[in-house]
Amino acid sequence: MALLDIRDLHLSMRSFDGAAHVLNGINLTVNRREVWGLVGETGCGKSLTGLSVSRLVPEPPGKYLAGQILFEGEDLLQRSEVQMQALRGTRIGMIFQDPTTNLNPAFRIGTQLVDVALSAGRRDPAVLGGARGRGARRAAEALAVAMLDKVGIPDPAARLQDYPHQFSGGMRQRVLIAMALIGRPDLLIADEPTTALDVSVQAQILRLIRGMVDEFDMGVVMITHNLGVVAQSCTHVAVMYAGNIVESGPVRAVLTGPQHPYTRALLQAIPTRGVVRGALKGLAGSVPNLITPPPGCRFAPRCTRAQAACRAGLPEMTGTQHRTACLFPGDRDD
Amino acid sequence: MIEIENVTKIYPGRRGMFGEQPPVTALSDVSLSVRPGESFGLVGESGSGKTTLTRCILRLEAPTSGRIRFDGHDFATLSPAALRAMRARIQIVFQDPFASLNPRMSVHDIVTEPMLIHRATLGLNPRAQTERAAELLDLVGLGPQYLHRYPHEFSGGQRQRICIARALAPNPAMVLLDEPTSALDVSVQAQVLNLLGDLQTRLGLTYLFISHDLGVIRYVCDRMALILRGRIVEQGETQAVFETPSSDYARMLISAMPEVAFD
Repeated sequence: MALLDIRDLHLSMRSFDGAAHVLNGINLTVNRREVWGLVGETGCGKSLTGLSVSRLVPEPPGKYLAGQILFEGEDLLQRSEVQMQALRGTRIGMIFQDPTTNLNPAFRIGTQLVDVALSAGRRDPAVLGGARGRGARRAAEALAVAMLDKVGIPDPAARLQDYPHQFSGGMRQRVLIAMALIGRPDLLIADEPTTALDVSVQAQILRLIRGMVDEFDMGVVMITHNLGVVAQSCTHVAVMYAGNIVESGPVRAVLTGPQHPYTRALLQAIPTRGVVRGALKGLAGSVPNLITPPPGCRFAPRCTRAQAACRAGLPEMTGTQHRTACLFPGDRDD
Repeated sequence: MIEIENVTKIYPGRRGMFGEQPPVTALSDVSLSVRPGESFGLVGESGSGKTTLTRCILRLEAPTSGRIRFDGHDFATLSPAALRAMRARIQIVFQDPFASLNPRMSVHDIVTEPMLIHRATLGLNPRAQTERAAELLDLVGLGPQYLHRYPHEFSGGQRQRICIARALAPNPAMVLLDEPTSALDVSVQAQVLNLLGDLQTRLGLTYLFISHDLGVIRYVCDRMALILRGRIVEQGETQAVFETPSSDYARMLISAMPEVAFD
């Protein structure tokens, strides 16, 4: 059974101008030890897909119109908030973009880590080695030190006494990763985990996440807009456009032989080695308004290959491993 | 065009409720020169002193020691009036187009504001200002029909085009680009980078391009410098720096670049 299996997920968000159909039939299967990169421009629904898995989309304004989010076979959409709380932090870990706003500035790092460990221990005593009462607190502290050490924070026992402001951005993101992994989650949702960080720190954090995947036997959904990050740290990639996954598959197959015109356009917009000045191709236009989305393929208005058939209906995903939703796929120039 | 000679900037320490803070050396002995018509890239991680250097160049901040000369004039010795006239020649585009446009001003007011400030230098009457604003919008690929719109009606890429039009309004010789594309999607970044390249050829502009994205610097810049903790650690032709980096820091940064490449 797949660790995470999102089936035909439809989400609409109410707004003053009407309901926006922001997820339009998402299908995504993540197995253990797979790192899935979710890429696309701003407003394509990447983050909402991630938030849906941890059921953090507020309802209302959000409303799930159809679909299932199967986590080890059980539909998360049928779970109550209380039941979801039992999963978050223990079975499903989360890391968000901005390490400065996700730690409470008024509490020591140690307190915050120990709280998460204790709460995880209440759900699953194995996390703290079966310790109870005072022993549990001691075990939680030991676990916090071990996790900080694992994510590469020097002198972890002493740093437990420090407050978030005493850590740099990269170190705070490490603390958040330690916090996300302390409950030994099966699935990690990382939403732009390195966007706010310098490249040298980014490389370390990505290596760290990759290393944890095998150690914890996890599945990861990594949301990013940086295809370089995907190439360096993911095993699979799903390209999203306006609420749909338009291309997905093993990372090397997709990035070296992109079939969907949108994936190709994204790749051609990156200033890679050997691109001479002026030769970079931008992608004209912007993500469509999802309150009144264009008919058929939502990428058609920006697509150089679009024909009448593209506007007639939403193309189905075809293919087995490397899949794409395009009537005129191909990795050649037009 | 601009010569920076042995510039050091030290922010004094402070004594406050929570004890003393030692002085911070934000720039130490920085020297570099940008030639007319070139794109010079300045690369550094957060806290390296990039922003302090731009603030010193714009004379929003006075260096503790050292000299910055623009077109042969030392900013420190200019009279306030002469400094103001000089400022028309050097403009800046900021990182976040969502924060750097006043939401209560129309595009017309945003783009004509520098012309108003520098009217002594430019000598444009209100009608000529409006005409120039329309021309500028055309130049950055937006078109004059947007003159009476407000910032919230535009996407990130379009806003950055408005910021570029505003920077070009007083007819500058040099534009400081402070991470102009880091808040944009790659698809939009490519368009903005191409626009900047195009404007440089057409108007003969000199760019000082500040970024932490080495891929962007490699694409845009003729020469570049790497700054680390307030010191320039490497400087040279962009291609040479990428192909034969001489400092450990440059090698580390280049190897940490997330490239779409498989080996």
